[in-house]
Amino acid sequence: MTAEHEITLVVNGAARRARVPGRRLLSDCLRHDLGLTGTHVGCEHGVCGCCTVLLDGEPVRSCLTLAVTVDGREITTVEGLAGPGGLSPVQRAFAECHALQCGFCTPGFLCTVTALLRERPAPTDEEIREGISGNLCRCTGYQNIVKAVHRAAELLAEES
Amino acid sequence: MKPPPFSHHAPRDLGEALEVLAGAGPRGKVLAGGQSLIPMLNMRLAAPEHVIDINRLEELDTVEAGPDGVTVGALARHARVARAGVHPLLGQALRLVAHPVIRNRGTVVGSLVHADPAAELPAALAVLGGSVRLARAGAAPRDVAAAEFFTGPMESALRPGELAVSARFPALPPRTGTAFTEVSRRHGDYALAGVCAVVTLDDDLRVASARLACIGVGPVPLVVDLGADWKRAADAVRERAEPDGDVHATAAYRLHLAGVLARRAVEQAVERAIGRAAREAAA
Repeated sequence: MTAEHEITLVVNGAARRARVPGRRLLSDCLRHDLGLTGTHVGCEHGVCGCCTVLLDGEPVRSCLTLAVTVDGREITTVEGLAGPGGLSPVQRAFAECHALQCGFCTPGFLCTVTALLRERPAPTDEEIREGISGNLCRCTGYQNIVKAVHRAAELLAEES
Repeated sequence: MKPPPFSHHAPRDLGEALEVLAGAGPRGKVLAGGQSLIPMLNMRLAAPEHVIDINRLEELDTVEAGPDGVTVGALARHARVARAGVHPLLGQALRLVAHPVIRNRGTVVGSLVHADPAAELPAALAVLGGSVRLARAGAAPRDVAAAEFFTGPMESALRPGELAVSARFPALPPRTGTAFTEVSRRHGDYALAGVCAVVTLDDDLRVASARLACIGVGPVPLVVDLGADWKRAADAVRERAEPDGDVHATAAYRLHLAGVLARRAVEQAVERAIGRAAREAAA
């Protein structure tokens, strides 16, 4: 009764095929079927935000998405954020502002913030806090993450 | 923390979806945004044999605003409906639903069908007197009014084999203001208690009618019709609410909160109604 499904995901620009049961979470498909372990799995019920990836450019919880549901869609994981020139502006800002300590939550933050800055290139403190409210970080106390988002906005503005 | 095994169905159109649902009956569960269903699967609180995934039914990804109100299709995500900016109360409720990232996937109709007694959207539908349209294979769709739709905690009038295809949120009359207030332990969590209010003024800008819907204080949204007596909001809610206590808050604290939030919501709605009346008079 639980047939496997042949799916194709465009992950970080490359078409990837996988054979998955209906119940395979996108987070597990990325990590176990495709070997992309940059996407971290924390709570597996949508609270912590570690597993956030971009689905057609929009941040979503990969632990609350079935892989079969997104057959044929474009996924960007943390592995796909850096360009040919190295780290992305958001990644550089996080490093520069010390916006991570243990790093477990960081892939989710980077994906969320990348999308946030596309929608709001110069966000206010309040918009940043609302934007990252679905991502938990137990180390930083968030202050440096908010700073990093402002810094990333500057870097993006300089480069455009 | 992985979903139990199930058969996944991905129908391509509404007719096919209704056929599959009819075949699955009580062993089937509809997957739209999945922001409530997948946690329940992951935690093994639900174990349907068949998951009917409606994410390919683009015909249900609709937000239609008309003079009578807004009709939201079953695949319209929270974020999209909020961006459409088609109904003040719907916008105020959506800002309180979980987090932005969850709202990118979660659907308005899914939140209604999930019928969590602490969720915002059922209260918004209830206070406005809206309805949900239910479709089944081989029969005409039926519209169920909010007052009959929510039947208990996480329970609705949806029968096995039925699909909630849309929800209708009636438009606000002139000189009307709305507000949604809630208190939760953490930003984006389900509220300990919350209240939404709809207030309509008469020609002399006095309150003609005030209606509230409270969440977190009973098995379904509690609708309180205050008539013109809006200043009794806190007492009226405390007389009728019967909250349960749990690890997050005692029943007495929830009752206290509901009263305070009712007063705040109705005052804010009155203020907005005055503002809107002034704008309407100027237009």
